[in-house]
Amino acid sequence: MATTKLGFIVQRPPYKSENPKLALTHAIASQSVEIYLKDGDLVTADVAFVGDGVLNCLKNQKAMDIYALSSTESHLKNCLLLDLNVYVCKEDLGKLGLSENDIVMDAEEFGADMKVNVVPFDEISKMMEGMNHLLFF
Amino acid sequence: MGKLTIGCFSSLVGSMNLDFAVKLSAAALEKGHTVDLWVSGNATMLSIKDQRAFKDYSSLEKPLKELMGKGLTVTACEACAEARGYHKDNTMEGFKRHSMDWYLASAFDADRVLHIGGE
Repeated sequence: MATTKLGFIVQRPPYKSENPKLALTHAIASQSVEIYLKDGDLVTADVAFVGDGVLNCLKNQKAMDIYALSSTESHLKNCLLLDLNVYVCKEDLGKLGLSENDIVMDAEEFGADMKVNVVPFDEISKMMEGMNHLLFF
Repeated sequence: MGKLTIGCFSSLVGSMNLDFAVKLSAAALEKGHTVDLWVSGNATMLSIKDQRAFKDYSSLEKPLKELMGKGLTVTACEACAEARGYHKDNTMEGFKRHSMDWYLASAFDADRVLHIGGE
């Protein structure tokens, strides 16, 4: 039995490129990876938003109305529903004039128990040190 | 010998990242390592067969086929490919197609994961 921890670090803003959404869809894929692994083996995914990547967490995204696309917000809520650890850099939110009031903090309407962790970068750095592999998007 | 998992998300034309990923795969295979190459997003363009090779654009079908012959495993994200109209019937022979969990499974027992993000 073994566990491999993957850290998905999202640095880019939403909708300018496909990267943030691919980060979240790949992280969500950790829920079905067991079909390729031996019994008891696991891959876990933690997601951290840093730099301009924190903009992916803004509330009330209108991607469906404007682009007819599922929003990055809905992918983030699915991450919470699937019990992934989600971190948002507190300092980077502040640099953009944002606070916890501006971003998705939970996904109660999806039935999720997990909440977004707004933390200083030091904590994200510690999380990254605990990962087996880091994937930067 | 180790196992290297490379994920690349950049397009074949318009970026040199796939060129680098394929050259790195070749170097690792040459040293006796196992290499899994995962392409997702725009990088799924690599999977299309019979792309015309111009001198001004990257064209990797020939080296890729040689590397697959030496044991390189190359897999494209099926959803990313289908979203771009890259269907199974125009996929290069030997190129696998799977869902995103394949990449994570490859990372599970990799000694190193080199993730090259998209544009």
